[in-house]
Amino acid sequence: MDHLVIVPVVLPLLTGAVMVLVGERRRALKAALGILSVLLVLAVAVLLLRRADSPAGAEIPVLRAYLLGNWPLPFGIVLVADRLAALMLVLTSILALAALVFSLARWHRAGAHFHPLVQFQLMGLNGAFLTGDLFNLFVFFEVMLAASYGLVLHGSGILRVRAGLHYVAVNLAASLIFLIGVSLIYGVAGTLNMADLAARMPGIAGKDRALLEAGAAVLGVAFLIKAAMWPLGFWLPTTYAAASTPAAALLSILSKVGICAVLRLWLLLFGAETGASAGFGGAWLLSGGLLTIAFGSIAVLATQDMARLAGASVLVSSGTLLAAIGVGQVAVTSGALFYLASSVLSIGAFFLLIELVERNREVGADVLAVTREAFGEEEDLGEEEVGIAIPATMAVLGMSFMGCALLLAGLPPLSGFLAKFAMLAPLLAPAPAVNGGVPGTSWALLAALVLSGLATVVAMLRAGINAFWVPADGMVPRVRLIEIAPVILLLLLCIGLTVGAGRAMDYMQATAQSLHAPQDYVRDVLSTPRAGEGGGG
Amino acid sequence: MELILALGIGVFTGSGVWLLLRPRTFQVIIGLSLLSYAVNLFIFAMGRLRVDAAPVLGQGGTGDPARFADPVPQALVLTAIVIGFATTALFLVVLLAARGLTGTDHVDGREREP
Repeated sequence: MDHLVIVPVVLPLLTGAVMVLVGERRRALKAALGILSVLLVLAVAVLLLRRADSPAGAEIPVLRAYLLGNWPLPFGIVLVADRLAALMLVLTSILALAALVFSLARWHRAGAHFHPLVQFQLMGLNGAFLTGDLFNLFVFFEVMLAASYGLVLHGSGILRVRAGLHYVAVNLAASLIFLIGVSLIYGVAGTLNMADLAARMPGIAGKDRALLEAGAAVLGVAFLIKAAMWPLGFWLPTTYAAASTPAAALLSILSKVGICAVLRLWLLLFGAETGASAGFGGAWLLSGGLLTIAFGSIAVLATQDMARLAGASVLVSSGTLLAAIGVGQVAVTSGALFYLASSVLSIGAFFLLIELVERNREVGADVLAVTREAFGEEEDLGEEEVGIAIPATMAVLGMSFMGCALLLAGLPPLSGFLAKFAMLAPLLAPAPAVNGGVPGTSWALLAALVLSGLATVVAMLRAGINAFWVPADGMVPRVRLIEIAPVILLLLLCIGLTVGAGRAMDYMQATAQSLHAPQDYVRDVLSTPRAGEGGGG
Repeated sequence: MELILALGIGVFTGSGVWLLLRPRTFQVIIGLSLLSYAVNLFIFAMGRLRVDAAPVLGQGGTGDPARFADPVPQALVLTAIVIGFATTALFLVVLLAARGLTGTDHVDGREREP
């Protein structure tokens, strides 16, 4: 058994713990430790991704299951690095790297314990993606949420505390709902291991099935609160708009955790092979996703400041993903996964960009006021920093903004368009089983995707005109290289995703196929040998 | 015993939800605590109710599993209590910060307009 799978969980944990011991004064050391740890996690994640993608029958097994504590399955707890988990690990660590580098310009000085919180956040996220056990999923959710409470409040200020209070209360209630769902499922099925649960699904007796479905639905509500499905997502735009910039960028992946959990568990428990309850809840996901897209699009059009605009686009992307997952076709799911990768990167870039664009703007910049509070001395500090020459700064910011707009709205030529195309093409190609053309839900999803794209274009254009095409009066934002570099990195990765779309789509297709046909997952996880019994130690 | 437990969970949940929806932060936190009691009892009940049955196997062999209680929900409850305790403490800090910064204990940070 090799220990690579546990590294993305243990490394941030240890780094965070060491950072707490190092103390508040030595920021440079903590920053160096943090960057090093994130880079290592990124390297491990890429390694896991390459391994997960190796074709079946290679000498390295496709699925890396890791028995924590070396107890035999299904009694022990397990981490599983399959394709979906590896993909999410890579995305998380890229986003964390960008946010961390961005924060080094000044945000990490805005309050205590920023660096350890980022590490614990990373640990919770990685664990939540990797775990193959329902209760461990709960534990990692809590680690992730506890760190996110700290990050939301980072920098303090009335706005953040007010938004944070709602965020904490909503998530504590969601955690309780999560526990009810988990215990209901345990009460009926008698196991918490996801693979074992999937294996037992067809054998659940008819009268217990309703109870199990109720448990799964309750659990689903907890995930959908995280994923901010309408009407459970009202907390999201306010919280993300109030959070400090790097924290908001990092938190934007939290909604994707809920979506990944839904995707994995729904297809495991209610996939095509699970007997009587196959497809349970699919209509709810689809219609909930459509409603979320509608609500998100209205929110996108209605918002005046950019931070809330970014929050609203998180809603739109959540809705798009949920609706696409709810369709329940392999090809649509693979398109949705491509969309997921593209939207994580572009929304992260947009959150980081907003602060740079809105810096030095006086009107209506509530968040900036909070920033000022936290940085009494920022004005004098800013004078010393070497800014990039004026026209270049505006040009770079403007180009990045345009890139974000194209990505978020899903316009050609960037990856946002390819993602939407990948979702829509299989929807409109009538499946052989359905004779008589395209079902109405597909048209609804098509309309929702196109209209939400239109709403995003309108809103982004308006925001862009307000930010870039007004007489600046010499108020060009001072932007340091270390702040714009992460934005450009994220956008370049999106361009890379566009150029390498063929390979990326192959990967997504393989991921979607293994998610939709989880027999291999179940068999591989349950047959994982204990260390010392085979496979060597 | 089933009746008492079910009633207990119901009463805890009912009062918890009611308090959770109240406008004062202190009521919200008490509501969350009551709800977490209810959830912990519920998890416990999901392992089936057994009287005088130990969750830990005796020394030397497994014996008859029917004579033992299910240990997993008990472990889950323990974990849930610890995590709930920590997050409630964290919420308490946020609550105090909100009280200090906004000068009110209303959950929205400002009193409702009359």
